[in-house]
Amino acid sequence: MSATTSRQPGLLATGRVRRRKTVNRVVEVAATLASFAAVGVLALMVGSVVVKALPALSWDLFTHNQATFGEGGGGIQNAIVGSVVLVAVAAAIALPVGVLIAVYVSEFASPRIAVVVRTALDILNGVPSIVIGIFVYGLLVVRFRQNALIASLALAIIMLPLISRSAQEVLELVPSSLREASHALGVPRWRTVLQVVLPTTLGGIATGATLAVARAAGETAPIIFTSTLFTNTTSLDPRHPVNSIPFMIFFNSESPDPHLHQQAWAGALLLIGFVLTTSLTARYLLHRGARKLRQR
Amino acid sequence: MDAPAAERLPANALESRRSHRDRIGDLALYGLSAAASLFAVVLIGLLVYKIFEGAWPSIGHFGVPFLWEQVWNENGHPEVYGALSLIYGTAITSAAALVLAAPLSIAIGLYLSELAPGGVRGVVGALIEMLAAIPSVIIGLWGILVLGPFVQADLEPFLGSFLGWLPIFQGAHHTGGLLPAMIVLTIMIIPISSAVCRELFLTVPADLKEGAFGLGLTRWEMVRGVILPYTRGGVVAAILLGLGRALGEAIAVTQVIGNRNVINVSWFDFGNTLASNIANKFQGASYYHFEPSALFYLAAILLVFALIVNVSAQVIVKRFELKQGR
Repeated sequence: MSATTSRQPGLLATGRVRRRKTVNRVVEVAATLASFAAVGVLALMVGSVVVKALPALSWDLFTHNQATFGEGGGGIQNAIVGSVVLVAVAAAIALPVGVLIAVYVSEFASPRIAVVVRTALDILNGVPSIVIGIFVYGLLVVRFRQNALIASLALAIIMLPLISRSAQEVLELVPSSLREASHALGVPRWRTVLQVVLPTTLGGIATGATLAVARAAGETAPIIFTSTLFTNTTSLDPRHPVNSIPFMIFFNSESPDPHLHQQAWAGALLLIGFVLTTSLTARYLLHRGARKLRQR
Repeated sequence: MDAPAAERLPANALESRRSHRDRIGDLALYGLSAAASLFAVVLIGLLVYKIFEGAWPSIGHFGVPFLWEQVWNENGHPEVYGALSLIYGTAITSAAALVLAAPLSIAIGLYLSELAPGGVRGVVGALIEMLAAIPSVIIGLWGILVLGPFVQADLEPFLGSFLGWLPIFQGAHHTGGLLPAMIVLTIMIIPISSAVCRELFLTVPADLKEGAFGLGLTRWEMVRGVILPYTRGGVVAAILLGLGRALGEAIAVTQVIGNRNVINVSWFDFGNTLASNIANKFQGASYYHFEPSALFYLAAILLVFALIVNVSAQVIVKRFELKQGR
C-alpha cells in the first residue's frame, strides 16, 4: 500500500499496474478455461455414449430380452421395462410421503420440530446410496428375499429428501395472505392446504419430483442388494426381482464381451437421454413456477 | 335434500355436520403428515441400528483392530478381514479428487457469477448442472472403456516421464487403478461444488464489489479481497459437500479402481475403497461366515465418515446463513 502511494502512480500503466493487470487476465482466462473444460467433459461423455451406442441400436434391442449366458444376440427389453417398474413404484411411494412431510413442516410443526424433521431429511440426503442399499438389504431382503418392490423402497428412500426439501422450499414461498384469506372465508385448514396452498406449489413440487425421478432412474447401488436375481423375461410384476438399465450397464461393463459392452452403451444412451430430458423439463417447470409465483 | 327431512333437523344441523367432517379432515391431514415426518426421523434411527446390527458379528469377532488390519481374505482359515487398505483407498482417492476439484470448482463458480456474459452464463451453468445429473454407472462405464485406455496409453506414460521421480507415478500402466478413480471422482465433485460456489458468490453485496473496483482493484484482487473472504465458510461447505459425494461413491469407483484390497503407493496401481468394496464383494459374500457382517462393518465406518462430513457442511452453511441474515 505504502509503496504504491509513495510512487504516485499516474494514469499511464506503470510496470506494477501492468503486472497486476496481467495476473488478473491470467486468472480470468484460467477460470474461463476451467468452465469450458467441465462442459468439454460433459460433451466428451455424451459424445462417447452416442457414438458407441449408435451401432448397437436396433429394433431387436427394444423387443428382445437379454440372452441367457453363452447365447449371442438379445436385447434389453427386460431391463427397460424393469427400470420403468422400479422407478414408477418408487415415485408412487416417495411423492405422497415427501409432500406430506413438507406439509407438516410448513403448515403444522412448531419451529423446533420443523428443525428436527429438516435435519433428519438432510442427514438422509447425506447417507451414501450404497449404505441405503445395504440397510434395506438388512431390513427387508434378509427376511423377504429380493424383489422389485423392495428395490423400489430403497430408491424411494433416496428420492424422499429430494422431493420433500424442494416441496418445503416452494411451500414457504406461498404468501401467508393466501392462507389467511382462505381462513377468513371459513375454509377449514385441510381444505386450505389441499385446495389453496398445494395447487399454487404444483410447479415446484413437480420440479423436485422430476429431479428425484431422474436421480432414482440412474441409481445402481441400492439395486445390487435388492433386485439382481432376475430371470431374463419381461415382467411388470413387482413381486419378483427385475433387471434394470443401471444394473445391466454395471454388470455388462465388468464383462469382457464386446457385445455386452454394446448393450451397455445402448442402455447408457437411453438412460442419459431420459435423465437429461427430465432435468431439462424440471428446469422449465421451475422457471414457469417462479414466473407464476412472481405474478401473484 | 327434500323439504320434510330439512324440517325435522335442528337449524344448525347442516353446519355441525360440516364442521364434524372438517374436524376429521383436519385431523386426518395432521395425522398423516405428522406420521410421514415421524417416519423420516425413525428411518434414520432404524438405518443406524440396522447397519450396526448387521455389523455386530464382525464387530464382536474382529473388534476395533478391524480398522487397522490390512488383510482381506475370505478364503483364509480362519477368514480375516480388515479395513485399513479400504480406508486408505477412500482417503487417498477422495483427497486427490478434492485437491483437483476444489480450485476448479471455485474457478467455475467465479466464472459463472462474475465473468461470463449474460447469454453464456445460463447455458454453461445449465450444462455443468447436467454433468451432475449423469448417473454414476454411466460415468463408470465411460471411465472403464474410454478414460481407462487413455490413462494407460497416454496419461500414465506422460506423468511417468515428467514426474516419475515421485513414487506415486511409478510402476506398470493399467486401464484401471487409483488414478482413473481420482479422475472419475473429480468429475463427480466439480458440478456439485461449483454450483454451490456460484450461489455463494452471487450473495456478495454489489456495493462491496463496487467499492473494491472504486478503489482501483482489478477483478482478481476484488475476488481475493472481497468475494473469497466474504464467502469463505460457504466455500469450505461446498467442498465438503463434494467430499461427501466422493466418500460414498461406490459404483463408478468399483468399475475403474481394480478392486484389490492392498495399499499401493503408486497411483497407477489398483486399489479399493470402503464403498466400492461393498459393491464389489456383496454378491459372493453370503458364501462366507463373516464377510456379510464385515461388509456391514465397512458400511458403518462409511456412514460415520459421511455423516461427519455432511453434518459439518450443513453446520457451516447454517452459520453462513445466520451471518447473512444479520
